[in-house]
Amino acid sequence: MHGRRSRFLTVMITLGLAFFYIPMILLVIYSFNYSKLVPVWGGWSTRWYEVLFASEEVWSAVSLSLKIALVNATFATIFGLLAALSMVRFGQFRGRTLFGGMLMAPLVMPEVITGLSLLVLFITLRQVFGWPENRGFATITIAHITFSMAYVAVTVQARLTGMGQSLEEAASDLGAKPFKVLTAITIPRLMPALVSGWLLAFTLSLDDLVIASFVTGPGATTLPILIFSRIRLGLRPDINALATIIILVVAVCIAIAALIMFRQQKRDLLDQQLAKQVK
Amino acid sequence: MNENTKSVNRTSAEQRSLLPSRVGQKIQKHWRLIVITIPFVWLLLFFLLPFFIVAKISVAELKIASPPFSNMFEWTDSGIVTVRIVFDNFIYIMTDNLYFDTYLNSVKIAAVSTFVCLLFGYPIAYGIVRSGPLAKPIFLFLVILPFWTSFLLRVYAWMGLLSDQGTINSILIALGIIDEPIQMLYTEFAVYIGIVYTYMPFMILPLYANLEKLDGSLNEAAADLGSRPTNTFFKVTLPLTMPGVIAGSLLVFIPATGEYVIPDLLGGGNVQMIGRVLYNEFSRNTDWPVASAVALTMLFLLVLPIIVFQYYQGKSTGGK
Repeated sequence: MHGRRSRFLTVMITLGLAFFYIPMILLVIYSFNYSKLVPVWGGWSTRWYEVLFASEEVWSAVSLSLKIALVNATFATIFGLLAALSMVRFGQFRGRTLFGGMLMAPLVMPEVITGLSLLVLFITLRQVFGWPENRGFATITIAHITFSMAYVAVTVQARLTGMGQSLEEAASDLGAKPFKVLTAITIPRLMPALVSGWLLAFTLSLDDLVIASFVTGPGATTLPILIFSRIRLGLRPDINALATIIILVVAVCIAIAALIMFRQQKRDLLDQQLAKQVK
Repeated sequence: MNENTKSVNRTSAEQRSLLPSRVGQKIQKHWRLIVITIPFVWLLLFFLLPFFIVAKISVAELKIASPPFSNMFEWTDSGIVTVRIVFDNFIYIMTDNLYFDTYLNSVKIAAVSTFVCLLFGYPIAYGIVRSGPLAKPIFLFLVILPFWTSFLLRVYAWMGLLSDQGTINSILIALGIIDEPIQMLYTEFAVYIGIVYTYMPFMILPLYANLEKLDGSLNEAAADLGSRPTNTFFKVTLPLTMPGVIAGSLLVFIPATGEYVIPDLLGGGNVQMIGRVLYNEFSRNTDWPVASAVALTMLFLLVLPIIVFQYYQGKSTGGK
C-alpha cells in the first residue's frame, strides 16, 4: 500500500523517533562526562572508558556472555531449523499439536516463569543424577537455547512456507538422499532466514537478564547480571560508557547486515530478470 | 614395504567409507523420525518437564532445608508411601491481599501501556507504510535498531532522564518552570514510560507488516463513494488490520504483565508488579512453594487463555 503521507503521520513518525533516540543520545553524551555524578556536567572526558577497560570483572562478564551467546545461537539455529522442518514439511505426526504448542509457548511466556521452572529442573536433575553440579555456563546456555529456538523456528517457518517444495522434490526424484537434499538445497535456500535467526538468538542471549539470574550459580556473572547489579544502586558513568560501546557495535553490525541483505535482494532481482529474458 | 602400506591404507579407507554409509543408511531410513525427535525431546525435557516440577513444588510445604520444600512422596519404614499434597500455598495467595492486588496492578499497568503503545504505534506504523521507497527502509531500520540494543540499557537511559537531578528536571528548573525537582523516578509514571519505551517496537512491527499488505484500492473505493478519510480509517483500514492490532497487543501485554526489570529499576520499591513479587519471593524469601504457586496461577490466568485464543484464531484464519 502506498500513497501520500499526511502531515499528522509525519509528525507522529518524528515524535516517535525522537522518543526512541533522545534517551539513547543522552546516554552516549553523558558517557563522556568528567563528573562522577552522571546528570551533572563536568566537562568532556574519556576517563570512564579507561575505568571500564581496566575492569577485570567487565572483561570476564563480556567473555562469558559472548561464549554463551555463540553456543546458544548455533544450537538454537540447528534445533529451530529441525523444528520448523517438522512443523512445515512432515505433515501430521503424533504429538504435533503438543510440539507446536511447546515450540511457540516460550514466545509468550513471562521470563520469570521460564527462569523459575528451569531452575527447579536443574536442581531436581542434580538431586537425581548429580548433574549439573554447578550452575553457570551450561545451565544458562541450555535455558537460552530453549527459548531462542522458538524465535529461530518462527523465522524459518515463515520462509519455509513461502518457499514451495518443488526443488526438494526434484532433487529426491533424481536420487538425492534426504540429508543431501537438506544440505544441498533446503539450507542454502533458507540461508537468509537462518542468518537472521542466528543473529536473533545471539542477541536474545546477550540481552537476557531474568532467566540467566535464575539459572546461574555463584561465580558465573554474565554482562546483563553485572550491569543490573551496578545500576540497581543508581546511575554509574562507567555503565554509560559500556552502553555507548554496545550501541556502536550493534549499529555497525546492523548496518552491515542491512547492506548485505540489500545486495542479496538486488542480486535476486537481477537473477529473476535474467531468467525471464532466457525464457 | 611400500605396497604393503598402500594395501593397508586402502582397507582402512574402505572400512572408513563403509562405516558412515551404514550409519548413513540408518539416518536415511529414519530421517523424519530423527528430525522430529531432536527438538521434540529437547522441548519435553527443558520446557514441559520443568512445569510439572513447579506444579509439584507448589503443593509442597515450606521447609528449612535445601531445597526448601517438603517431599511429595515419603517412604516410611513399613514400606508405605505417603503422598503429601497441600493447597495452602494457593489458598494463601488467593486470600492474601498482597498477591491479588499486585496481580490486578500488573494487569492494569500492562493494559494501559499496551493501549498507549497502540495509540502511538499505529500512526507510526501507518506513516512508515506511506513513506517513499527511500525513506521506508530507513524508518524501519530506525525502529528496529533499539530492539537490537540492550533492553537493560534502554531502561537505564530513562533512569538518567527521570531522576531528581536528571535531564528533565534540570531543564524544567533551568527554564524556571519549577523550583524543586518533581519526583518521577521510582513512581508508577516511570514504569509506564519504561514499558512503552521498550515494548513499542513489538507493537509497530506487526502493525507495519499488516498495513503493508493492505490493498490501497479499498481506500480509493471508499473515497470514491464519498467516505471521509477518518470514516474510511475506522470502517475499512482499522477492521482490516485487526490481526496486526491483536498480535502487537499480545506481544506487549503478556511480557509487560510479568515484567521484572522495569518495575525494579524505574519503580523502585513503590510499584508492585507480579513478576517482581515472584522473583523476590524466590530469591530473598526463598519461599519456593509460594513462588511456584504464583507462577502456576499466572500461567493459568495469563498465558493459557492467550494460547487457547491464538490457537482458535489461527484455526479460523487457516480455514479461509
